[in-house]
Amino acid sequence: MLNAEKRKTLLLLIPVILILIGYVLYPTLRTAYESFFQNGVPTLQNYEDFFGSKAKANLQALWNSVWISLLSVLFSALIGVPLAYIFNRYEFPGRRFFSNIAIMPIVLPSLVGVMAFMFLYGEAGLIPNAIKDLLNLSEVPFKIGGISGILIVHAYTMYPYFYMTTASALSNLDPSLEEAASNLGANRFKVFWQVTFPLLTPGLVAASLLVFMVSMASFSAPFLLAGGFRVLSLQIYFSKINGDLEMAATQSVILSIVSITFLLFMRWYQGRKDYRMASKGIGAHRSEVSNPLLKWTMVTLGVIAMIVLLLPHATLLILSLVPEGTWTWQTYPTAFNLENYTMLFDTPYIWEPVRNSLIMAFIACLGVFVFGIFTSYALVKRKFVGKNLLDILVMIPWALPATVVGMNLILAFNSPNPFSFGQILVGTFWILPLAYFIRFLPLVVRSTNAVLEQLDDSIEEAAQNLGAKWFYTFRKVVIPIILPGVLSGTLLAFVQAVGEFPTSVLLYTIGNRPISIEIMNQLRMFNIGQAAAYGMIQVALIAVVMFISSRFLGVKAEKSLG
Amino acid sequence: MSTVHLSAITKQFGKVTAVEDLDLLIKEGEFFTFLGPSGCGKTTTLRMVAGFYYPTKGVVKFNDRDMTTVPPEKRNTGMVFQNYALFPHMTVFENVAFGLKVRKMSKEETKKRVEDVLRKVRLDQYVDRQVSQLSGGQQQRVALARALVIEPDILLLDEPLSNLDARLRDEMRAEILRLQKEYQITTIYVTHDQVEALTMSDRIAVFNFGKCQQVGTPTEIYNEPVNDFVAEFIGETNLLTVKEVHAGEGRRTYHADKLNGELAVKDTSLNIGGYTENDELCMSVRPEAVEVSDQPLTGANVFPGKVKMVQFTGAAVHTYVEMNDHLTLVGTALNQGPSTYLKEGADVHVRLPEDQIRIVPKAGV
Ligand SMILES: Nc1ncnc2c1ncn2[C@@H]1O[C@H](COP(=O)(O)OP(=O)(O)OP(=O)(O)O)[C@@H](O)[C@H]1O
Ligand SMILES: [Mg+2]
Repeated sequence: MLNAEKRKTLLLLIPVILILIGYVLYPTLRTAYESFFQNGVPTLQNYEDFFGSKAKANLQALWNSVWISLLSVLFSALIGVPLAYIFNRYEFPGRRFFSNIAIMPIVLPSLVGVMAFMFLYGEAGLIPNAIKDLLNLSEVPFKIGGISGILIVHAYTMYPYFYMTTASALSNLDPSLEEAASNLGANRFKVFWQVTFPLLTPGLVAASLLVFMVSMASFSAPFLLAGGFRVLSLQIYFSKINGDLEMAATQSVILSIVSITFLLFMRWYQGRKDYRMASKGIGAHRSEVSNPLLKWTMVTLGVIAMIVLLLPHATLLILSLVPEGTWTWQTYPTAFNLENYTMLFDTPYIWEPVRNSLIMAFIACLGVFVFGIFTSYALVKRKFVGKNLLDILVMIPWALPATVVGMNLILAFNSPNPFSFGQILVGTFWILPLAYFIRFLPLVVRSTNAVLEQLDDSIEEAAQNLGAKWFYTFRKVVIPIILPGVLSGTLLAFVQAVGEFPTSVLLYTIGNRPISIEIMNQLRMFNIGQAAAYGMIQVALIAVVMFISSRFLGVKAEKSLG
Repeated sequence: MSTVHLSAITKQFGKVTAVEDLDLLIKEGEFFTFLGPSGCGKTTTLRMVAGFYYPTKGVVKFNDRDMTTVPPEKRNTGMVFQNYALFPHMTVFENVAFGLKVRKMSKEETKKRVEDVLRKVRLDQYVDRQVSQLSGGQQQRVALARALVIEPDILLLDEPLSNLDARLRDEMRAEILRLQKEYQITTIYVTHDQVEALTMSDRIAVFNFGKCQQVGTPTEIYNEPVNDFVAEFIGETNLLTVKEVHAGEGRRTYHADKLNGELAVKDTSLNIGGYTENDELCMSVRPEAVEVSDQPLTGANVFPGKVKMVQFTGAAVHTYVEMNDHLTLVGTALNQGPSTYLKEGADVHVRLPEDQIRIVPKAGV
């Protein structure tokens, strides 16, 4: 016989499992299934084409993806770790300000960020041209594009992962450990390499795995900058555009295997006992820099870092003021006004993508909010067999590259099935909100898990003891306590959904084209100003969300990203 | 108000048996304490009464109602949690009113009752405070008020005082007792502090390894422990393994190997615990009953020894006497001034009064 507790758990799990099976597991398996067919005949031909001698391009793309990702990890670490160390270990004028600026790259949605980099450092970029004119050179001294472009953009957008983990590890590190080492006679160098660094290692490994996964999945940067260079996530897009769905499925499977392997490896790594310390209430401990030369070097470093970090944002702002048709053959833009912004409101054609994005992101986030809370509650507060599996299933959309998620949805929902209520979803409005829902579910579940784990079980028991039924307790006690954390996760999901590019580009229709697609269209028409204005809307939205989160919800939004 | 009747309760967590074959009848309005060392199953038993755990075997009854599988929200018990479990997002008023709101009580009635109970726990000035802005003792009283306001049939307290400092603990002890008497509520109190148990309870159940060893009033538990575990766990005692050698007129004789001598014990139920032929036996004598003197003592059970250490604790003085290489006995006397303290190394006589000794069986494990 099932007792009341078990019945409740079951009731809670049924919708959670149904949705995860229908919209995560089934599409993934469907893709795997399709990859074994060619023109409706079962075959291994697709894999032979991938790995065989005939089509080198795919294997080359896989290899490119891997080494680009390795280099991205290296560069991000080289920027993020020292920056975090300097900004968190030394006290000098402006330190707090600089350390806040250091996470600014995450305020830039990837497509918008890549665009800003293109106009800053690309062939026609403002910086190379400015240097050329200043020094009277005949050619631009440098430009980014292809591999270097991808790497620079990756380093810029991904070093915050290293920065944040290092900064938080440093502030959790008990200063008395380092003091003990010096007390025992170790010099500074020894203290760093033998005490501090080993204690930072778990965080650094986790950040490396994360950056590797993110850059394997990266789509916007190669899409805009790659030129002839091929990476796997882009290959999937090209296969789909060329109508070779079976090849796209095969490529997706290969990329999925890499990503899921990494997901499992990460879970294993973080589940190990590490030497995080239990000692509480340690304030970060910073050395005052007294040597004036050193001090001002650090301040200069801070200022330079700030300029480099904020240039893309500034560029975006400036470009968004350039009206259509005024910057064509000239080196620099010539006219500035607010036309791009006013057009948003008085030209329906321009406003439509913004409205679409907001509506679709809203629908997706409503779903993610409700479903995320229940899923997370089941995972954290309920006991059942197969919990670990469910947990992995929830995290799969996070591990899978967006392009793969998009492909999975295409293959699963281009024919009627029970999960689409017998409809063909591909080509309709609903496929995009569904894609956003799947993409950002893990983010909300993770941020909800974090707050639910803080919630002592006895709080719920107390309510029950006072006579409250489960659902009443859930509504009146659990939800209000966890709401700030959940809301901040959901808001973050919302802004990311508004800017989402890779799934959008695979699944959009004319009727529901979102902002990111319109940015791409405007870029194609060389209407850079309007594209930048769209970008600015996203940046502003993210800024508002981060402000709300830290001000009213007491949560640092960037925490949910890690 | 109701009685609580646990019959043949066993609770297992996987392979661990937390509570084994427990029978208890807690009377109406009684202040009943579960006492025992850590991990002996006190919390588990309490949570079965509250309904958070269902027993693996056995029946829980309130009065004559079978409550074994009734969910916690339908039991009308009021529980005070060890960590208080106050709702952090609510004020003091909202916390206390929660149970009444669930019971769909009218606004005015709720307000009246909440204010009433807050006055009783002396928190009426703090009605609108956020609970995070209260001290530990105040939070404790909110938890108590929240449990009392629903007029529960049974009040359950799981080590409610363990997070408080010594002074506050004394204060809250008195407060809990006062409220319990005022409301006349059947109360189950969990603690591993024996002083708390002895001073507050009407009756105590002593647990060890998931088994209830003895149920009785504080004086019964202290003066007539049923076995060596209870004798040793409650209060201080001198324990010696003994063997019965002779049962005579009004007195029995035991041989204690370690004393290398015979002990005479009065044959009353106060001195001789229940045991059977196969039981291993122990003699227990409380330090305050042991007489230590540098003058010769008369009567039975007098043995020579040497003072090893004299420990001054304020009200009492403990004298540790080395009887031989294997045995040290403790005698405790009220402080009567420095002139009465014995010197370390002095030869003394120790008397174990025959009417103060208790013979008990060893607890089977
Ligand atoms: N939920 C549980 N799952 C598994 N084992 C449990 C669980 N709760 C308690 N136990 C085990 O049951 C035994 C009794 O635990 P219980 O919490 O009742 O002890 P206690 O007497 O309250 O101890 P303490 O004084 O330390 O609170 C212990 O061995 C404990 O490890
Ligand atoms: Mg306990």
